[in-house]
Amino acid sequence: MTPADGAKTAALLFFAVVIQLSIMAQVTILGGHPNLLLVALVCVALLRGSLVGAVAGFSAGLLADTGVFGTLGFTALLLTLAGYWTGRYGETTGRDRAHAPLVSVAVITILYQIAALVLRFMLGQNAPGSLIFSGLFPTVLLNLILTIPVYAFTRRLLRPRDWTPREVRLLG
Amino acid sequence: MPRNRSVSAVLGSSVPRPRPQPFSSRNRSALRRRVVVAGLVVLALILITISFREPTTGPLHGVQSTGATVLRPFEVAAERVARPFRDVYGYFAGLVHVKRQNEELKAEVNKLRQNALLGEAARAQNTRLREQLHFIDSPLFPNDYTAVNTRIIGWRSEFDERVVIAAGRDQGIHQETPIVTSDGLVGSVTQVTGSAALVTLLTDESSAVQARDRDTDAFGVVQHGQGEGSLIMDGVTKDKKVEKGQVIVTAGTRSKRYPSLFPPDIPIGFVTSVGQSDTALYKQIQIQPYVDFTSLDAVTALITRKQTPKAP
Repeated sequence: MTPADGAKTAALLFFAVVIQLSIMAQVTILGGHPNLLLVALVCVALLRGSLVGAVAGFSAGLLADTGVFGTLGFTALLLTLAGYWTGRYGETTGRDRAHAPLVSVAVITILYQIAALVLRFMLGQNAPGSLIFSGLFPTVLLNLILTIPVYAFTRRLLRPRDWTPREVRLLG
Repeated sequence: MPRNRSVSAVLGSSVPRPRPQPFSSRNRSALRRRVVVAGLVVLALILITISFREPTTGPLHGVQSTGATVLRPFEVAAERVARPFRDVYGYFAGLVHVKRQNEELKAEVNKLRQNALLGEAARAQNTRLREQLHFIDSPLFPNDYTAVNTRIIGWRSEFDERVVIAAGRDQGIHQETPIVTSDGLVGSVTQVTGSAALVTLLTDESSAVQARDRDTDAFGVVQHGQGEGSLIMDGVTKDKKVEKGQVIVTAGTRSKRYPSLFPPDIPIGFVTSVGQSDTALYKQIQIQPYVDFTSLDAVTALITRKQTPKAP
């Protein structure tokens, strides 16, 4: 990753954290809560791989935890794993597939919500399972709607890397 | 020539193995990736542990406060940019129920007008009697409090009933400062920095307020209910009279052991249902809060001007 790419990624995620905390967090539609930060991270991880995804997830999560006086490391842990797994998917089976962003966001949203619930339960914090599961489908839907413009923007910002084909020596 | 396919022949023969490759860049990259991710996960777990166990005055919370202060201008700016759009949405969303609400509000205004006249007379009489008795009281809402009006700049996730406000220690806010709106009680400050504070809403699991029925003086504790944003009043014994529609206000301090954070007579909500069973010790009272916690925008922090009396 070039320094310019790093700066663009940092700016994008910082912007996503600010928007998420001050605007998106109070948006509730049909019981669902859109998560711009998660969508932006998934897009970055798909375009730049697992390592960048994990580091970006950790940094953005830490910033989000700081901004709302949350348990430090909570969102960072979840976003690190989300960034890493999405990045791995982008590096392997999801590479060059048009539906990869939508599939990634849908799956990661569900896993993120469940993991957050479990983690909160383990920490002895309020973990309203029924509330989360009843709002899961609308949340996935809202995140999918966000994915299209966010992925297009992220793709313009961070040009996809060229996957150079590896040289294969044929036997015989 | 017959081919020798026996096991010993295969295992015994010298198989031309490829020469061991040096650690390839591909493997190195995979290893580095795993090490970095494992390191980040461990770091996050360490942060969670420290943050969870450390008191709010600890060094990690200090760093967090600094971070929140740095983020604050950006959050305020984003909130200001979004405000016109939210107002437009709120305007059109409000039009849906406007006709029904108009009828309800007209009826309510008539009722309140009558109550206001009665209340005005009672207040004048109360003031006169207090003066005659030289009555010494604890801080009263709203006269003995300075209002710090501030905006909400951050919201926690859907799991939490907490918000961040754009005023902090520099504006006189401290831990446990009561937060209200013109509608009623919102919650109290649970964490504070120089320029921002975390407010735990009344609907949060950890919140509880000593409250009373304004009409019958039945005392209880208001806390979060089962549904999102709902409240219940617990601890009201079955002999007390509480009816649907009655107004619940803060009770002020009722116990020397558990002094209330909130001054008396701040409106909380009205009773929507009252039930009791043979097995339960207390009445089951549901309350509809006056404050709409889902569309909070600006709030008021109450800074006391008068020394709160402490029990010996």
